[in-house]
Amino acid sequence: MMSGLLVVLLAPVLGALAVGLAGARWTPRAGALVGVVVSLVSLAAVLVVWFTRSPEESFAGEVDHVWIEALSVHWHLGVDGASVPLVCLTAVLSALCCAWLAGEPTSLADVSRGDTQAGPSTHALLALVLVVEAASIGVFVALDLLLFFVFFELALVPMWFVIAWWGDPHDEAGRRQAATRFLLFTVTGSALMLVGFVGLAARTGTLQIPELATLAPGITGTFELALAGAIALGLAVKTPIWPLHIWLPDAHASAPTVGSVLLAGVFLKLGTYGFIRILVPVLPEPTARLAPYLAGFAVVGIVYSALACLRQRDLKRLIAYSSVGHMGFVVLGIATLNESGMAAAIFASVAHGVITGLLFFLAGAIKDRHGTAVLARLGHGMYTRAPWLAVAFGFGCLASLGVPGLAGFWGELLALRGAYEAGLDGGVLSRATAWTVLGVAAVGIALTTAYFTGLMRRLLQGDPAAAEPVTAAGTATATATAVAAATDLDRREAVVVGVLVLATVLLGLLPLVLTAPIGEALPWLLGGGR
Amino acid sequence: MTFDWLALAPVVIVSVTAVVVLLADAFAGVRRWAMATVGSIVALVACGVVTAVLDGDPRATMCSQAAGVGGVGPVTRCSYAVDGFTVPLWWIVLAASALVVLLAAASASDLATPPGELHFLLLASVAGALTLAAARDLVTLVVALELVSLPSIALVAVRRGDHLAARSAWTFFLASVTATAITLMGASLVYGATGSVHYGDIAAAIENGALPLEVLRTGVVFLLAGLIFKIGAVPFHMWVPDTYAGADTAVAAYLSVVSKTAGFAGLLIVLALPFEAMSDTWSPMMAVVAGVTMTVGNLAALRSSDAIGLLAWSSVAQAGFVLAPVAALLLGPAGTDSGLYASIRYLGIYALANMAAFAAVAHVRSRTGRTDLESFRGLLRRDPLAGVTLSFALLALAGFPPAVIGLVAKYVVLRPVVEDGHAVLAVVMAVNVAIGLAYYLRFLVVVLSPASVASGRVLVVGQRHGPRLAMGLGLAALLITSAWPGLVTSVLL
Repeated sequence: MMSGLLVVLLAPVLGALAVGLAGARWTPRAGALVGVVVSLVSLAAVLVVWFTRSPEESFAGEVDHVWIEALSVHWHLGVDGASVPLVCLTAVLSALCCAWLAGEPTSLADVSRGDTQAGPSTHALLALVLVVEAASIGVFVALDLLLFFVFFELALVPMWFVIAWWGDPHDEAGRRQAATRFLLFTVTGSALMLVGFVGLAARTGTLQIPELATLAPGITGTFELALAGAIALGLAVKTPIWPLHIWLPDAHASAPTVGSVLLAGVFLKLGTYGFIRILVPVLPEPTARLAPYLAGFAVVGIVYSALACLRQRDLKRLIAYSSVGHMGFVVLGIATLNESGMAAAIFASVAHGVITGLLFFLAGAIKDRHGTAVLARLGHGMYTRAPWLAVAFGFGCLASLGVPGLAGFWGELLALRGAYEAGLDGGVLSRATAWTVLGVAAVGIALTTAYFTGLMRRLLQGDPAAAEPVTAAGTATATATAVAAATDLDRREAVVVGVLVLATVLLGLLPLVLTAPIGEALPWLLGGGR
Repeated sequence: MTFDWLALAPVVIVSVTAVVVLLADAFAGVRRWAMATVGSIVALVACGVVTAVLDGDPRATMCSQAAGVGGVGPVTRCSYAVDGFTVPLWWIVLAASALVVLLAAASASDLATPPGELHFLLLASVAGALTLAAARDLVTLVVALELVSLPSIALVAVRRGDHLAARSAWTFFLASVTATAITLMGASLVYGATGSVHYGDIAAAIENGALPLEVLRTGVVFLLAGLIFKIGAVPFHMWVPDTYAGADTAVAAYLSVVSKTAGFAGLLIVLALPFEAMSDTWSPMMAVVAGVTMTVGNLAALRSSDAIGLLAWSSVAQAGFVLAPVAALLLGPAGTDSGLYASIRYLGIYALANMAAFAAVAHVRSRTGRTDLESFRGLLRRDPLAGVTLSFALLALAGFPPAVIGLVAKYVVLRPVVEDGHAVLAVVMAVNVAIGLAYYLRFLVVVLSPASVASGRVLVVGQRHGPRLAMGLGLAALLITSAWPGLVTSVLL
């Protein structure tokens, strides 16, 4: 049976093969066009699968073939209301990343290395972007634990190359170190997760997530708590949950623009999706016992990341740290184990992908112009120098801090409501825990507002010519680059940014486009198809 | 005593071919390499055919009747059996040996390497490996172990006038002799304690009880120590990198795959058949050895800057992974996911990936004369077949997609460990997967990197097809099994 989901999955794979094998025979523009087209094919295919679903099945477009008989591994795919939004997010962000690469002249890394012909090409980067896209989509549509794990790992090594070969051209040792740290952290985490999966399979005799979810009420006990702990630890590294986030700032800051966008917009969602798809439906009882700790680490992460942001001197690192805070809200939503919280987790995941994607694209645009992302050298008064760029950046900041009417608002609101409900009778958190969590999260929101407004005032407003109170030499270069970089968004950048701005407004004003499918998936996620 | 010649056929074919190849080489003038290569391959393929016939048809031979231990009526005891353990191990040995023969052809234009001797020693050692997987008493075990070891020591030093090789062979010789002595000591203690060398009798004696347990335990530990030596696990691993460094690449590949498989065959069958009832003696020991072996091997590989050294240490680490499920050996009905089958499956996948990696290394060595990591820089651009094979093999060894088969292998060995509740060992394995990726990735990055400035002079020592064919076969096998991992797991049952 040919399913639409195979098209969703295979389109980027074929695109990656085509772009990778064609190499320099195609212009970078043609390669990028192929990337955009296959990503849009994926997007269209998943929407077709979703809108032609039959209402009585829990999963649309389900495919289930035996893959490894001796281990009862199945090639089992399917989507529901929790995965479709994330697949769409992945396809859209990948299409935009490819579009972004269409205009990159040659990668900066080539120039810095001095060998123009032998350097890593834009084609290879495009192919890797498409591989990452395929792997992430695979995670979102897999309904078999081992298949989930295969896709989960598939994207790691390509991502290492994206960061280490196309990353920050001014710091080769730094970007390699960042890439390696990213890889080793996430691999250790996912190996622990594999231990958890293996234990789950040994305990229940199946790897199929829907089947596991129906067995869920029987999966309780100390051994099962240990399994849930191993899986949660692995996902927590990926998400990341404070204090396991330490790989994130360097990786995001050193990655090239598309790498940062994919890391923040798509990669982190693999972790949260694992919580939503596996931990909560399959191990509900052990997860409920872990929930207070998850909630605690989540809100500490929110406050910690806000404080870290206040002290950041690099634009990309600042946005990276703000991701830790947003993921804190997602994990807080998951830790409530109720409808509001789970809806918050999915909504906030998508919103974070759109908004942080936007911010990283803009930060990339700024870095391309100035050759640096150090705030002190970016100067003031971007409203005057590059009005469209500045307005879009200000918009991104407002959306990220959760202004009502934009996408970032609903996730935070629902997460807080979920936490409140979880503290009521019958919830998974005690009353005291719930109120403490809410209080700490509120402090985090206040601090988040503080650093984003501070950033906007410093970067966007003021007199462009005003000198930074650094050293004399520093001032001179800062002013010189600021003047040289006073070009506004070009057409390619405007299209990419425009799409994400529109999506932010749409999700903010019409949250129903997301909450409707999410609402359909919630009974399965919280009740396991029982 | 009866002989079932079909069951014995693989050992006989390989042994006879060994002698024929040696004699033919002495009398033939030209085309000695081609003759030796083709002859060996034909013999191995014939063995494969016999194995396919024997698959699913358990046989035992060299049997004798004896009064059972402890007054149980007369029992039939056999020294040689082809059963569910033997056949998958034979597949691994035969396939890997065929690839080694192809690799050895890389040194065809090297006048210092005599083809007749090389193939004679290789096939003699293979005959030992085949016997080892079928041995069902301690004497056959020790004899087969010697038959594997002695020719392979000579193989390391087969190149005339190579001092490094001679030194490596000495290291290997001393290590091997010590190992054999310890194994023999263990075997005699077990014989003294139980009164028999036959696996069936030993198991029955242990069941009956009333044995000098201290002596028996010491015997088992000594026996295992000797076999651990053979597979290169900690604490008897130091000979591995030294020996591989001096040996020809094909011989290093042979040692890391076929000879190691033979050691595992002995170890797994000894643990599973006679000493299963004593698992509380050896299970903790195996768990510690497995955990320490993979950690030490991986940490040492991190510091290695030579392809052979890296693969040598990685083979130490991989031995730890093969050993891990042994700690949780559960002898269920054949075909279930017991620890024994998990080890055999992992061994098969490791053999495939490691042979592919060694094939690419041998190819590069025959072109450049070097094996340091820098000589692999830009390999993918220079030589796509070698580059793709090496990259895929490294990913399979690390257990990473797209080499799905490597990931499946990791899953297979983790499962009995977790199932049996060895939480610490499971976490150690998880951490080691991460450490392993660190050095495989380092190698991979060099292979994939675009710049090939430092590749140096290209020293073409003859255009031989052997390594290319071995690489092609290895790559095809890895790709096919990654798409349908069920193929491997169903063959290696």
